[in-house]
Amino acid sequence: MSTEVAHDDHHHGPPKGIGRWLFSTNHKDIGTMYLIFALVMLFLGGASAMMLRAELLYPGVQILDPDLYNNLLTNHALIMVFGMVMPAAAGMANWMIPLMIGAPDMALPRLNNLSFWLLPFAGTMLIISMIAPYIFGDTPVNTGWTLYPPLSVQAGIGMDFTIFTVHILGISSILASINIVTTIVNMRAPGMGYFNMPLFVWAWLLTGLLLIMVMPVLAGGVTMLLFDRHFGTAFFDAAGGGDPVLFQHLFWFFGHPEVYVLLLPSIGVLGLVVPTFSRKPLFAYKPLVYSMMLLTALGMVVWAHHQYTVGMSEAVTTYFMIGTILISIPVGYMLFSFIFTMWRGSMTFETPMLFAVAIVLMFSFAGVTGVMLAVVPADLQYHDTYFVVAHFHYALIPGAVFGLYAGVFYWLPKWTGHMYDEKLGKIFFWWTTISFNLTFFPQHFSGLAGMPRRIVDYSAIFMEFNFISSISAFAFGASHLLFLYIIIKTIKGGEKAGDMPWDGAQIGTPGLEWTVSSPPPFHTFEQPPAVIKQS
Amino acid sequence: MATVYIETIGGKLSTQENKNAALARKLVLIVFGMFGFGFAMVPLYDLVCDVTGINRAGASDSGGRVALEDVIHGGVDKSRLITVEFDITLNADLPWAVKPEVKRIQVHPGKAYEVMFTAENKTDEDVITQAVPGITPWQATEHFSKVECFCFTQQKLKPREVKQMPLRFVIANALPEKYKTVTLSYTFMDTDRSKVIKRGSLASEG
Repeated sequence: MSTEVAHDDHHHGPPKGIGRWLFSTNHKDIGTMYLIFALVMLFLGGASAMMLRAELLYPGVQILDPDLYNNLLTNHALIMVFGMVMPAAAGMANWMIPLMIGAPDMALPRLNNLSFWLLPFAGTMLIISMIAPYIFGDTPVNTGWTLYPPLSVQAGIGMDFTIFTVHILGISSILASINIVTTIVNMRAPGMGYFNMPLFVWAWLLTGLLLIMVMPVLAGGVTMLLFDRHFGTAFFDAAGGGDPVLFQHLFWFFGHPEVYVLLLPSIGVLGLVVPTFSRKPLFAYKPLVYSMMLLTALGMVVWAHHQYTVGMSEAVTTYFMIGTILISIPVGYMLFSFIFTMWRGSMTFETPMLFAVAIVLMFSFAGVTGVMLAVVPADLQYHDTYFVVAHFHYALIPGAVFGLYAGVFYWLPKWTGHMYDEKLGKIFFWWTTISFNLTFFPQHFSGLAGMPRRIVDYSAIFMEFNFISSISAFAFGASHLLFLYIIIKTIKGGEKAGDMPWDGAQIGTPGLEWTVSSPPPFHTFEQPPAVIKQS
Repeated sequence: MATVYIETIGGKLSTQENKNAALARKLVLIVFGMFGFGFAMVPLYDLVCDVTGINRAGASDSGGRVALEDVIHGGVDKSRLITVEFDITLNADLPWAVKPEVKRIQVHPGKAYEVMFTAENKTDEDVITQAVPGITPWQATEHFSKVECFCFTQQKLKPREVKQMPLRFVIANALPEKYKTVTLSYTFMDTDRSKVIKRGSLASEG
């Protein structure tokens, strides 16, 4: 049958030269570009974190001007959230979802090209926002990533560039989400029902829907900021009848679901990695999907737990407290599901699995501090201390970043056709998790002792904790040079990987990615495969 | 394992594209809907707070005018004396001087009092301000009613003008016994948005 269309354009290899990348509509090429962009941003955001920690090595102001410190702090968060984790997750979605569900490409390939190529412009805009204040003699953007007014209304010209950066990044991720949701809903191979999809596909379906719901609200919020700054409106100006707290509600209506946007793709990766290396089907797949749905829904109605101290009535804070604590039920369910998948499995500990086990442990820890922070009277004490910093780094680094690392090691053989160096992978795992824990664990203590976050200088009594934190942070940062080396080495060569490099990968609800070669041909599944259940 | 993959005849591409476009359009509608939802929050936020009173803990709802007869019921409670303190903050280097005629005053619940505030414009230009009130402890907010206040409207002072501004207020009988002192603080803000004071460098201030 397929010989009839053998002369079709699509059977040619990739186009040559720069045009292959600039005008690409190929999901694999776009996925690769996303991943490379995320890697570059990882080092940019990491470099700013290194400078922050260098400043915090000792009390007192040594190397960074306080305004510059605040600016780097703001950019560290924006780069890591919008520039690194989200594009990396989107890159994996681009690469893997069409392969998993047996689609020839994304549903809207040209839109896909647009959503990627907006990112370099956003990145450039963010860098301009750092430089512009020095050219125009203005104050740098020093609000933190939350961009709270009135400071963000009064801030200098850099803030305008930051707002445009958020706009462009928002448009990019909304378009990518529309594309991914459409692909998953419409392009599944015949016979692949929703409950045959690999967990990663489910995770991205919910992530995409979340982004479509909440990203426009942030876009609206920062648009109002822009109006307040330049067009004389008073959305957030108390003097003009507005309310600065409204911005906080708009921001966190986006900001809290955003945490699950960062988390869910990694949960999806775990849902593939844990069964593969335990050689057992995922424990309770369907309830796990339902708990992800519950997490998504609950995540949208608990935003104000970030704002306990702004003066809401007891009834409202009680509602947000109970809602937030309820979230531990679906999250706890997911973790149990992974643990029971491992239970009595024939486990082996390749690098992706090492990350998966470590994530279950460390993310539970973030869950526990999360429940502490959810309790109103306790939170009034912890609010804006390093305890919060420690909590959300424990949530986001294992919960999002390490999950993506597990995905990188899991799929590198598929992407490149080469096995990565397992020994180096294991060294990277131990180096990065140990230094991560040494960096952020002490911050719980300095936070409980009262050290405020977002501060360039601190009382000498916190010195030991900060010293340990900074030294470990340098080791944590340096470990990523090894990560980069492993990736480059794998791309350049290495042991050939088979079509199915992991022998447990076909267990449970596998995707179709293992039925194509490693690396896959430029075009795959031009004829939809049929998935026939044999149970 | 449990699944087997078989190549089949190609799907109908054109209907597939139509289906994709239709779904994408619906998703775009959601995007615009949520963008609008963000802006709809501006009026709805105030409305929800007003109707349900969930923002009670905040200071912002103590700003409205109340009629005297609505506040005074049950007469004056001569047995209790509450200290009311006044506090003034000038926002962002506002070039004004504002002073209450007394720093603190002893009041009986249920009785109306008047305190004059003197404001002076120390520049050679017109300055328009808005005073934003706040009450500490916040639990006293709902029992503190302003019958007349310069904070109800924007106040404009001509160059070097000095002006007397009245505040008339009543503390309700219902104020719980445990509150002996209530602080009323005003933050004055420059409402002329054309010259919002840009923040100077933190480093130079520090």
